[in-house]
Amino acid sequence: MTALAKLLRTTAFRLTLVYLLVVALFAAFLLGYFALNTRRLMNEQIVRTVDSELAELTGQYEAAGLRRLVYIVESRANQPGSSLYLVTTPNGAGLAGNVASLETGVIERTGWVETSYRRLEEPDGGEHRALVRVTALPGGFRLLVGRDLAEREHLFRIVATAGRWSVFIVVVLGIAGGVFVSRRVLRRIDAMTDKARVIMAGDLSGRLPVGGSGDELDRLAASLNTMLERIETLLRGLKEVTDNVAHDLKTPLTRLRNRSEAALRNAASPADYRHALETTIEESDALIRTFDALLMIARAESGEPRAGMAPADAAAIARDVGELYEPLAEEQGLALTVAADAPAPIVANRELISQALANLIDNAIKYAAVPARPSGAPAGAPVAAEQPEQPPADVTVSAAVVGDRVEIAVADRGPGIAPADRGRVLDRFVRLEQSRSQPGSGLGLSLASAIARLHGGELRLEDNAPGLRVVLSLPRAASA
Amino acid sequence: MSPTLRVPSSAEAMPRDGEAPADGKVPTMRLLVIEDDRDAADYLVKALREVGHVADHAADGEEGLSLAEHESYDVLIVDRMLPKRDGLSVIGALRAKGITVPALILSALGAVDDRVKGLRAGGDDYLAKPYSFAELLARVEVLARRHGGREETAYRVGDLELDRLSHRVTRGKEEIVLQPREFRLLEYLMKHAGQVVTRTMLLENVWDYHFDPQTNVIDVHVSRLRAKIDKGFAQPLLHTVRGAGYMIRDGAR
Repeated sequence: MTALAKLLRTTAFRLTLVYLLVVALFAAFLLGYFALNTRRLMNEQIVRTVDSELAELTGQYEAAGLRRLVYIVESRANQPGSSLYLVTTPNGAGLAGNVASLETGVIERTGWVETSYRRLEEPDGGEHRALVRVTALPGGFRLLVGRDLAEREHLFRIVATAGRWSVFIVVVLGIAGGVFVSRRVLRRIDAMTDKARVIMAGDLSGRLPVGGSGDELDRLAASLNTMLERIETLLRGLKEVTDNVAHDLKTPLTRLRNRSEAALRNAASPADYRHALETTIEESDALIRTFDALLMIARAESGEPRAGMAPADAAAIARDVGELYEPLAEEQGLALTVAADAPAPIVANRELISQALANLIDNAIKYAAVPARPSGAPAGAPVAAEQPEQPPADVTVSAAVVGDRVEIAVADRGPGIAPADRGRVLDRFVRLEQSRSQPGSGLGLSLASAIARLHGGELRLEDNAPGLRVVLSLPRAASA
Repeated sequence: MSPTLRVPSSAEAMPRDGEAPADGKVPTMRLLVIEDDRDAADYLVKALREVGHVADHAADGEEGLSLAEHESYDVLIVDRMLPKRDGLSVIGALRAKGITVPALILSALGAVDDRVKGLRAGGDDYLAKPYSFAELLARVEVLARRHGGREETAYRVGDLELDRLSHRVTRGKEEIVLQPREFRLLEYLMKHAGQVVTRTMLLENVWDYHFDPQTNVIDVHVSRLRAKIDKGFAQPLLHTVRGAGYMIRDGAR
């Protein structure tokens, strides 16, 4: 019962019913129109033949008198057929013809009339219908000529039967078709609903069934599946962030807490407390910075800041950020040069690209300040300028159009990254062993990578032989 | 006097200790703190009073709006997420009534577009939580001064002069040649002479960046500028305010 109720509620079934009604109405209209026209046509034909016969008989009467008329009428009346003839005296008594009785008053009035009658040759037979015309002959006699309507009635009945049957067939086929289509659709939708329930219950890896016929239900399922994939990716990203937050924020938090406890326990003087508090603030600032970077990555990966994008010149961005870092590089004994003269149009969020580039330059300065050593042993933080026997380590910032891409690159002469590690450093929080001594959250490269992806680009790590070259490759915009 | 490469911290800034000689004292301001978190509000009000300002507190948007409408404040410090009426709508309502008191928006939402939204709603400055008190204080003092409306064609601090029209900088009789960015840096510092200017404020106003550059790149720029304007002169003008930022002042006066 509920299955039936569900079936009746489906859109497919309701649509079928509506179409059914339309088709049935159309069929009825067509048949009715056909029947009416046929009837009119048959009437016209009767009228024409009766008129001509009447004219002919009247002519015979006028030319040859009553006897001739009676003779002709008798001979015609005896022939089998649907014709009706009656000649009467002025007072209505029958002289000749095949009509036994008429409805009263028919013979008194001249003109066309539809009447029921009995035939002479079947005295106890039933009544028939006929279309007749009565005309008054000179001398008061009356002549009636007509045609039996059995043929017309018969045709009408055939049409009516055909109408009933066709309506019946349309209704049966329509309902059957509606049920069939609705059940098919319903079965697929039920399958989708079931799957959706499973997904809602927490199994986000589930996907809606796609039939493969490419119809609208398939397209809907495919769109929903794409949506689910996106949601799953986002949730996975969220989970990763949560894991990372748990792992890498809890460590410094623990340190912070331990240090505060130690200060409470051991501090002997206000200066000790002051020192402990200052360290605490420094550590919490570092934590905030890590946290901000994490949020920034999550936002960039969710695609949220895409709204703030506008045409920009990557070369100008490279010059500006390069200028910001140039004194810092110099202080570290590095020469930072910017090679970005020709405009490099991109559509970007200037702030984010600047931030990504700032991270890359900051990294480059940090690592380039560590002189490259064949052993790859971690160095303290000797400044290159203090070792005049080594060539000055350079950091080069460039922005240029390369084919349909705009490449912003930061190249250094630092220790570089082994090819095997290059994929790994783009992950969050990964800091290669030799960089542990450097300050930083380890999020710089992942943030730059997330920003690149947000702009439809990518971050590439290349060998600068020696050193590292990080390329922020973005789609080139039409014009500056 | 080399710049101290340190993270600004509120603990150090309160009270502001005296690497910079105690200046002519910032005039007392009337401030309204609209913040629903009790602890945060108490801390802020207390800290503002300790440095000599008068601070009122409103715990929700409606109360804040009504106070701001009927009292006269120098600066409003408005949290973005408030009960009854959010911070942006409070500022919007004030601006609609023609009340132009400067407003500093505090928000846990620090991203660039949130900031843009805040400034578009009529806020005058935006500070992401968590903030250091030194940063907040510096911004509030700059906002209070800005409200006084002072855009001049030339700035003068001691014998240092900056002409904004001819882009010339002189100290005494000596002409000082600056890079364009150094000029803008000095211009911003001199415009707020006698006030603490934080590194973040410099990054935002001189470079138009709102992200954290990880390393204190600003310090290096400032020390370059300092080398050009103070080196060889008996009286230093560009001072480091420990734990807060920088200040240009004429110490001789």
